[in-house]
Amino acid sequence: MGVDAYADRRKDRIDALAARSVDDSPGVSLIASAWRRLRRNPVFLLGLAITVSFVVLAVVSPWLAPYDPAANPLIDQVRPQSNPIPGPEPGFPLGADDRGRDLLSRLLVGSRQTLIVGVLATVFGLIGGLVLGTLAGALGGWVDSVVMRLVDVMLSIPSLLLAFTIGALAARPSQWTLIVAIATIQVPVFARLLRGTMLAQRHSDHVLAARALGVKPQAIVFRHMLPNAMGPVIVQATLVLAVAIIDAAALSFLGLGNPDDRQPEWGQMLGASQQYIYDHPHLAIYPALCIIVVALGFTLMGESLREALDPKSRR
Amino acid sequence: MVRFIVRRLFQMAVVLVVLSILLFAWLKALPGGPVSAILGERATPARRAALEAALGLDQPVHVQYFRFVERALHGNFGASTGVLPGEDAFQVFLIRLPATIELSFFAILLAVALGIPLGYFAARRHGSPVDSGAVILSLIGVAVPVFFTAFLLKYYVAVQWNLLPVSGRQDASLDATRVTGLFVLDGILTQEYDAAWDAVLHLILPTLALATIPFAIIFRITRASVLDTLDADFVRTAEAKGLSTRVIRGRHVLRNAMLPVVTTIGLSLGGLLAGAILTETVFSFPGIGDAIAQGYRKRDYAVLQVLILASAAIYVVINLLVDIAYAIIDPRIRTR
Repeated sequence: MGVDAYADRRKDRIDALAARSVDDSPGVSLIASAWRRLRRNPVFLLGLAITVSFVVLAVVSPWLAPYDPAANPLIDQVRPQSNPIPGPEPGFPLGADDRGRDLLSRLLVGSRQTLIVGVLATVFGLIGGLVLGTLAGALGGWVDSVVMRLVDVMLSIPSLLLAFTIGALAARPSQWTLIVAIATIQVPVFARLLRGTMLAQRHSDHVLAARALGVKPQAIVFRHMLPNAMGPVIVQATLVLAVAIIDAAALSFLGLGNPDDRQPEWGQMLGASQQYIYDHPHLAIYPALCIIVVALGFTLMGESLREALDPKSRR
Repeated sequence: MVRFIVRRLFQMAVVLVVLSILLFAWLKALPGGPVSAILGERATPARRAALEAALGLDQPVHVQYFRFVERALHGNFGASTGVLPGEDAFQVFLIRLPATIELSFFAILLAVALGIPLGYFAARRHGSPVDSGAVILSLIGVAVPVFFTAFLLKYYVAVQWNLLPVSGRQDASLDATRVTGLFVLDGILTQEYDAAWDAVLHLILPTLALATIPFAIIFRITRASVLDTLDADFVRTAEAKGLSTRVIRGRHVLRNAMLPVVTTIGLSLGGLLAGAILTETVFSFPGIGDAIAQGYRKRDYAVLQVLILASAAIYVVINLLVDIAYAIIDPRIRTR
């Protein structure tokens, strides 16, 4: 066996290597290559399916629900002493709650308020974190110190206790108290994340290039740094949405919820079920299962997105 | 090292000052203001006016703030109005603290004892069905609300099957001697083993419920960290040197992979209190978490104030200790 044979073998191996590396050639963007991996990822697809069904359900549920969630067609069967919770019967597959309202309809329509609370809390938290994180990351110096100490303080108070302190400020609890309280818990999470990605970019080549070209600092922050920092922030937002829905349920359970229950919400239904929880656990289990499935959907989607967008995991 | 600790101590002081300003602003913004916070909402106008003068609410804002800090430093937050009516608010905190310490200790112990070995095992079998199954299980663990886990445990194990006590910390009829307020330790110290055993039985379900989230987090961080370390250059070097697998795994992989895990454990200690609020409420476990939930429901602002300050202070101190521990383990941190 001569040198030629050895060289041939090496050539074969180099060709094979080149063929394999086409995937990661400069022509493929991070998002395109991430999507290609996500498309075949069963975890992501399951998360996506749950999330999409949940959003569709939230939109169409008022037409899907057999009864008005605020109406009480079974009120005649409610006996506070002997039969506080009417059981299933024809037309009412899951029975009713303590006011004779159809449980299935309330669960279906509840998806809408649950989505609204989760999305609004996440969006407000994101906006708050965006402002603080951008200020800290873009300006640095004493602004960074002040903002980060503020974030440290917010992180040092246990999340639910922080939510309580916000809730206590409202004279009368409403759905907005809940949304603002949950949004406030999320602000430091987003602020830290954004500051981190912004700081990492301050010394990167594209920012240096923009500065060398004489681009105004404002434009560097908003056009060059912020868009690049958004990827991880959006991934975080999907994960936060799951947390927001779970936290909304927890706060409702602890009494910081919307006392007006004409518009059902899963967390609120779960909170209201406590009174009957040992005799009629199904009142708690149905909304809890809904919350778990939806939270799992957002988490599975967020986690697989994060993994796909992480350059370290592109192997 | 000394400079590092001094700098962190200074940061900690700044955090506590910012916290006191926010807390002061919070009290002023409460519906009814600080007077309602101390006297409760149903105080007579005469008592309100007297307290307003005593608190110096007619003084400029910065004078009010310094008075507030002075009272806080003396542990004088007024009397509890709802949680333990009449009791000094700071005393309420001290009475309730041991229960939460005991519960948190066992919960974090369980989470570490299960999370680290499972995370290491999953990383070693990366991509196998065992690994994927464990990851999905940990994701479900995070998606299930803590109070629902607690409820299921309580409903099935305690109420339906009658295997463990439903609520509380200890059977009152035992009339156990108190030493530290940590009932298990007390039972062992006073050799009242039946009391210690009863306290353990009461702790099992709350501990399981509280441990789910820190377990899921510790498991995932350990797994990710071990995966990263297995790929590191120094591990390949160690393999190339011909070191035995046992030495590589024990001395090179596991030790280096533990760094982020240590931080995570420290951080989840702080997060544990949020879970304790829910767990303690479900099991009527008389700790800090239960006091927070009751404090909110009964609008007991004196107690809420103490608990906000105290839990933040505990969190900040734990973080400082974790940072120092980290700097000792990993010298690279100190220079940053």
